[in-house]
Amino acid sequence: MCLGVPGEVLSIETGANGLPMGKVSFGGMRKDVVLAYLPEVEVGDYVLVHVGFAISRIDPEEAERTMALLQELGDLALLERDLKAVQHLEVDDAR
Amino acid sequence: MTSSADLTTAAVGPAESTALDGDLPCPIPLDRYPRVLMAHGGGGRLTQQLIQEMLVPRFSNPHLAELHDGAVLAVEGNRLAMSTDSFVVSPLFFPGGDIGELAVNGTVNDLAMCGARPRYLSLGFILEEGLPMETLWQVVRSVERAAQRARVSVVTGDTKVIERSRQDGLYLNTTGIGFVPDGVEIAPRRAQPGDTVLISGAIAVHGTAVMSVREGLEFETTLASDTAPLADLVGALLSAVGSRVHVLRDPTRGGVAAALNEIAGSVGLGIELDEAAVPVWPDVLGACEILGLDPLYVANEGKFLALVAADAADAAVSLMREDPLGREAAVIGHVVDEHPGRVVLHSRVGGRRMLDLLSGEQLPRIC
Amino acid sequence: MSFRDPLLVQNVVGALGTALPRGGRGYKIMHVCGSHEHTISRWGLRSLLPQGLEVIAGPGCPVCVCPAHEVGEAIELVRRGVTVATFGDMLNLPTRFGSLAQAKAEGGDVRLIYSPMDAARLAQRNPDREVVLFAVGFETTAAPVAAVLGAGELPDNFSLLVSHRLTPPAMELLLGIGDIHIDGFIAPGHVSTITGSDAWRRFPEAYAMPVVVAGFEPEDILLAMLLLVRQLNRGEAKLENEYARVVPDAGNRPALAAIEEVFEVTPAWWRGIGRIPRSGLRPRRELAHRDARERFGIRFEADLSDLPPGCSCHLVMLGKAYPPACPLYGKKCTPSSPYGPCMVSQEGTCFIWFTYESDELSATAAGGAK
Repeated sequence: MCLGVPGEVLSIETGANGLPMGKVSFGGMRKDVVLAYLPEVEVGDYVLVHVGFAISRIDPEEAERTMALLQELGDLALLERDLKAVQHLEVDDAR
Repeated sequence: MTSSADLTTAAVGPAESTALDGDLPCPIPLDRYPRVLMAHGGGGRLTQQLIQEMLVPRFSNPHLAELHDGAVLAVEGNRLAMSTDSFVVSPLFFPGGDIGELAVNGTVNDLAMCGARPRYLSLGFILEEGLPMETLWQVVRSVERAAQRARVSVVTGDTKVIERSRQDGLYLNTTGIGFVPDGVEIAPRRAQPGDTVLISGAIAVHGTAVMSVREGLEFETTLASDTAPLADLVGALLSAVGSRVHVLRDPTRGGVAAALNEIAGSVGLGIELDEAAVPVWPDVLGACEILGLDPLYVANEGKFLALVAADAADAAVSLMREDPLGREAAVIGHVVDEHPGRVVLHSRVGGRRMLDLLSGEQLPRIC
Repeated sequence: MSFRDPLLVQNVVGALGTALPRGGRGYKIMHVCGSHEHTISRWGLRSLLPQGLEVIAGPGCPVCVCPAHEVGEAIELVRRGVTVATFGDMLNLPTRFGSLAQAKAEGGDVRLIYSPMDAARLAQRNPDREVVLFAVGFETTAAPVAAVLGAGELPDNFSLLVSHRLTPPAMELLLGIGDIHIDGFIAPGHVSTITGSDAWRRFPEAYAMPVVVAGFEPEDILLAMLLLVRQLNRGEAKLENEYARVVPDAGNRPALAAIEEVFEVTPAWWRGIGRIPRSGLRPRRELAHRDARERFGIRFEADLSDLPPGCSCHLVMLGKAYPPACPLYGKKCTPSSPYGPCMVSQEGTCFIWFTYESDELSATAAGGAK
């Protein structure tokens, strides 16, 4: 329901409207984004942007953790496949 | 065969029945669409509805039935291609181009998509009262330069002024004439199951560049429109691969998705598209993501799709890559017997889905 | 390594296949987010799911749930000569009052904006015109709108027609009255950035409904489904946050404070569902001059039957039916000629199905959505 796109904060300044603003890069395309809801954000952070507002800072450690989990699932699948293969071999041996 | 159709019989204009049935009701459901909406010009379903239900039946003839960007007419032993296009872009000047250049390249490219060498152009101006004269001059200069680059002559024209209304200030229509070389036969009906689908370069650049300067959407980017005349690249392709090029189409309004749907629909074959193979630049993707747009539906002005016989695909791609306008040419799909009239996309992550027409222009979304 | 990776997607799809109990009655999972539906459809994820695992879309599209009479109010403003600024999704929404696109075709001034900031700027640039921001959306969008409404120097000619909706209360009501038949629930990631994942804690506690807050990459949604399947296999019901890289437990405090400062919670109508207590926002009384309804004395009555006759949007939005189960789907109701609201918005479930799901897929799914 709410389109949010991650981008990298390139700079931070106070906008003409008095709101904290930042330049955020989305794959090289840059847009001015309101940072009012992320008072602790720093240059170099990745933020999630919805309708021109940064609404959340992306936590790289949590991102890593999700990524690791996704990779583990693959390792697990390989492991299970190998296990099944071993069981088959054992069954075959038993014959 | 369209190319051999006799101009005199084809050009009878409104069929006799039209004159008799004076009270034909409007074929568009008036309760739903009492007025023309922007979406009727967006290149999606509503545009199709207008063309298929209101226009084509009224003027029915073999040329129109092809539903190509231009018509190929037989005139005294020559094959003549004719195409027309109107230009209503806002803003008039955008990164990488302007309405004048677009108006030349757009029509020249429609001719090229018929396999023709473009030769002559008409130029019709509709100007809004109050338009700065200097702006008009810039556009005229731009038309001049683009015509030179595309090697077409502006041989006739028209100027009208309308009362001040929207401040867009200027609309252009161009009609082009070109000649189709012997042996060249480009038409949707030549598509074959097994044909390879090629794209001449990275997609969605023009639409994104124009959007980047539209009021309310502004973003900073180095993107510039890809508007360019494609006839030379097409000419080179045709002389190298010849009759094994079956269909050409420039994916302008409505993007690659609309163009492929039109082809699939008009020949009753299916098209399978490999999303991961479609070249998209990262900044174009970034802009599309933030506006909630799918690059496959965003306009191009300097790219074309080619359906070629599978055994000619490699040669076609390497040849295109030698030209600066085709440097990122790629194989992106193929034609199949299954799911006739439909385009099925194989997503980057392995799923399958239908790639359909939108109802109108893709609008920026928030959700 | 990054998201949208075919290998990672395969990893989760494989794990889902292993985790799903064989021969069981299968699991039905609901998400309530147009962007989740978009991810599912855009990447063709339904075609990857193992047999027996279904994912359906609940009432998750702020455009679809925006009641006809509130769109009617916006159209009325346009017809009175007011400039109405709104998001692209709203333009083609059909109501018995017509659509904003039609009001524009009649000569009205309707502007599409990307950010609520653009609407305030529009008012500044056109001081001789009344400019109204037609503000729709859930908490995620209400927060930016609150920042604009709370800004010190707003032009005098600027006001808002507020149609914001709050997600957790609505979902809780639907669960509470037993009107949704599902096994697990994917909570909307971007709403949760504002509300915090804690907003969903009552679902497992009070209704024994497993919940996973999920992000919007294809891997996110598949992983959320895997976590739900594992919970269901173990007979558990708890709250998990798959999207912890973006969603904090407590939400975004400055954003919540800003919403609190300018809005008050009110009962609100959801199109096709009805009136839900404490599920909407309206400007606080001190800001009445910024409330377009007060400013222009405009207030349309809610219409109990705000769906066109025969339309199944309410069933689609409650997850009781897939779009192809509606007799009008693809016949009287298509994207080029939408009949019900879910076919209009690009986030509408019917629109997305029509646009992205192949016929074969729709047919099988329709059979399964009883």
